[in-house]
Amino acid sequence: MAGKTEPIWIARELSRCSGCRKCEIACSLSHEKRIWPEASRIRVFMLVPGTDFPHFCVQCRDYPCVEACPVKALSISKRTGAVLVNKKKCTACGICVDACPGRIPHLHPVEEHVIICDLCRGNPQCVKVCREGGWNVLETVSRSNRTYEVYARKPEDTARDLAVKMYGEKAEEFI
Amino acid sequence: MLGYSGKFIQVNLTDEEIREITFDEDILRQYLGGRGLAAKILWDELGETWETTDPLEPENILLFLTGPLTGFFPGARICVSGKSPQSNGVVGSTVGGEFGVELRCAGYDGIIVYGKARNPRYLFVKDSIIQLNDASHLWGMDAKQTLKALTQECRAELHREFPRYGEFKEPAVLYIGPAGENQVRTAVVGAKWAHAAGYGGYGAVMGSKNLKAIAAKGTGPLPQVADIRKVKRLIQKLCTDTYEDVLWRRWGTGAAGYEVGARISAEPVRNWQDEWHDEKSYGVDQFENRVWIKQFWSDFGCPICCLKVAMTKAGPLKGAITDDPDYELQAYLGPNLGLFTPEENVYLASLVDDLGLCGIQTGNVLGFTAELYQRGILTAEDIDGIVLKWGDVEAFASLARKIASRDGVGNLLAEGTYRAAQKLSEMKKRDVLPYAVQSKGIGIGAHGIRSGKDYPHILSYACSVQGGDHTSIASLPFHGSVSEVWRIFNDSAVFCNFNSFGVSRKDILDFYEAVIGESLTQEEWCDHRGLRILQLQRSMLLLGGPDLKWDPEFHDDNPPRFYDPLPSGPYKGRTVEKANVRKAKRRYYEVVGWDSRGIPTSDSLRHLGLKEVDAALEKLRVK
Repeated sequence: MAGKTEPIWIARELSRCSGCRKCEIACSLSHEKRIWPEASRIRVFMLVPGTDFPHFCVQCRDYPCVEACPVKALSISKRTGAVLVNKKKCTACGICVDACPGRIPHLHPVEEHVIICDLCRGNPQCVKVCREGGWNVLETVSRSNRTYEVYARKPEDTARDLAVKMYGEKAEEFI
Repeated sequence: MLGYSGKFIQVNLTDEEIREITFDEDILRQYLGGRGLAAKILWDELGETWETTDPLEPENILLFLTGPLTGFFPGARICVSGKSPQSNGVVGSTVGGEFGVELRCAGYDGIIVYGKARNPRYLFVKDSIIQLNDASHLWGMDAKQTLKALTQECRAELHREFPRYGEFKEPAVLYIGPAGENQVRTAVVGAKWAHAAGYGGYGAVMGSKNLKAIAAKGTGPLPQVADIRKVKRLIQKLCTDTYEDVLWRRWGTGAAGYEVGARISAEPVRNWQDEWHDEKSYGVDQFENRVWIKQFWSDFGCPICCLKVAMTKAGPLKGAITDDPDYELQAYLGPNLGLFTPEENVYLASLVDDLGLCGIQTGNVLGFTAELYQRGILTAEDIDGIVLKWGDVEAFASLARKIASRDGVGNLLAEGTYRAAQKLSEMKKRDVLPYAVQSKGIGIGAHGIRSGKDYPHILSYACSVQGGDHTSIASLPFHGSVSEVWRIFNDSAVFCNFNSFGVSRKDILDFYEAVIGESLTQEEWCDHRGLRILQLQRSMLLLGGPDLKWDPEFHDDNPPRFYDPLPSGPYKGRTVEKANVRKAKRRYYEVVGWDSRGIPTSDSLRHLGLKEVDAALEKLRVK
C-alpha cells in the first residue's frame, strides 16, 4: 500500500464489483458515524442488475471541479491529492457536479455542501473492506503520470459499458 | 425507538389516501418487525373476519416490513406478508436486496397497503414525498422491462425535482410480472433481477390490488442505534468468519443441484418420484465454466454473495439471464422436470423470473402435471396439446407461459399444485392428491426427508406454520438453532438466514442489543415473543378460509410421496414411517403448547396475552 504522505489513487477494476456495498457502509461510518449510503463518498450504482459498480472521485490532473468552484470551497490536498471540501465556504450550488466529467460529486443529503472522496487522508476505508472481502475491485496505488481521469465517467456510460461486456448484444434491451 | 426509523406508510389504494402511522414501542419490542409485526397487524385488523377474508379481494392487507436489524446485520432483506393466497394463513416471505435499506433511509420501517386501486398504480417513496403514480404503461411488462422502466422513470423524476443534487443512485424497486397481474397464486414479489419473495404468493395479492410496483429512494441514514461501535465490531466479526468459507462463497448454493441429489438423495427428481441422481452434467463446474458470467453478486452488506449472474451465451437457448440459479431453482427447474444441463436450467429460471412466477412453486406444479401425463391421467389434449415429457424444456416453458397468463390449462395450474390437484381430482374422478408434493397449499422446498441426510426431517413440513417453506421448518428442540422460532427471529428482525448460519445465538442477540439498547435473552425470545408470533401464525393458518381449511389431523402431515420408499441410489428403500410421524407430532404439539388435535391451547394463548385468539379458536376445538 502506498505511504500515507504521497499522493495516491484508488485503482478500480469495476467489473469485479459484487455490489455488496461494504464500501458505502465503511465510508459513511468513517465520515458520518452512521450507515448512510447516500452520504457515502463512494456510491455503488446498479442501473442494470449485475453491473453494480462504485462511482467516486478519480482526482483528475486538471481538477475541473476545483477550477469551477465560484467560491473557492474546493482545494487539493498536498498530502494525498484528494479534493477537499470546505463545508463552510461551500454553497451547495452544484456547479462542481456539472464541471466533473463523471458528475461524481453530489450534495450531502442534509447538510448544505457537496461531498467528494477525500481519500481518508491516505488510508481509504473502502479499499480496506473491499480487499478484506477478497473482491479487490479497489486498490490503493501511488499516483503516476497516467491518464487516470478517463475513469471519471457518468454512471449511465459506465453501466452501458459493463452491461455490454457482460451481456453482449442483449445489453441493448436493458440500457 | 433505537433501531427504528419510527414511521410506517399506510396506503389506501381505494381512495388513494396516504398516511404516516406509528406503532407503540411495546408492540415493536414484542413483535420486532417483518414477519412478527405482520402477524400482529393482520390479527388486529383482520382477525375477526379472517375466515371470510379472500386473500385476493381488496379486504386483504399487503405488508412490506423491515425489521430493526435490516441494513445492520449483514445481508439486508424486506419481508412481504398478508393473508396468503396459498396457505390462507400468514407467511413471512423475505427477499434480499436494497429495498429495505432505501425504505429505512427514507424514514420508514414499512408500508401497509389496503384496498384496491381503480387503475394500475405504482408507489414512489422519495424520503417523505410519497406518491401513487399511474402504472398503466407498465402493466403487462415482464420483470426486466418493469425494472428498467422504473429505474429510468424514477431517476428522471428525481433529477427533475432535485436538479442540483448530482447523480441519484437508482431507487430500489419491488414489482410484479405478468403472473402477479393475473393473480396467479404462485406469483412472486420481485426485486432486482432474479430476487423474489416467493412463498406465500404475494405477487398475486399485489396484482389483485392493481399495484404494479413500489420504488423507494431514501437519502437519510439508517436509524440511530444504541452502540454503533459495537454494531461495527459485530459486522466485522461476522464478515471475517464468513470470508474464511471459500467454497460457500464461490459456489453459493449453486453446487447443490448436483450434490443434494448425488450425495444425500434429497433432491426432487421427476416430481419427487426419486431424490437421487448422479448426473455430472449438472455439476457445479458445468455451471461455473459454462454459464456463470459473474461469480459473486451480492445484496447490501452481504459477505457471502451466494448469487452468481448466469447467462446462456450460445446455442438454441441463447440470451437467457438469471442468477446461479440457486439450489431451489436448480432442483425444481432441473432434475424435477428431468432436465440436467445448466443451459436448460438457466433458460427456464430466466423465463420464470421474467413472468414473475415463483421458481419453486412453478417447478412443483409443472412436475406434478408432468407426472400426471406420464401416468396417463392427463393427456396432451388435457394440456392444450403440449406433450409434457420429462426433459422437454420447451414443453415446460410453454406451460409456464400459459400459467402466467392463465391461458387454457394454465388457468387451472395457476391455482398452485394443491388447488389444481383438488380440481383435477373432481374432473378426472380419481384422487390425484397423492402426486401433489405440498404442505398446506405450499409446494415443498427442494429438500427431501426420506434419506434422512438433509436438514429437514419428518416433522419439518408437516408442522411448519409456513407449510412447505424450506426456510421455516418445524423442529425440536424448540430452543435449538434450527427451530422455527429462530427463523421467526430472522424474518422479524429481517435479515438473511444465510448470514445467521454458524453465528452463535449469543452474537445474534448481542447484535440486537447493540442496535436496540435493550437485552433479549434466548428464553424470552423462545418462550414468549417468538412463541407468541408462532401461535398467531398457527392460529390464523388453522382459521384459514374462505376456500380452504386445514385440519391438523389430516394436514399436519407429509405429502404421500414421502411415504414411498426411495427407488434408487445409495439410500434406496429408505422412507418415512407413519407411526414415527404420529409420535413426533404428539411430542411437538406438547412442546409448543398445542392440544392433542394440534390447536394452540387456551393456557398457552392466555399466558402469551392472546385472549382474543383463544376465543376465536374455540369453534375449532368444539368440532
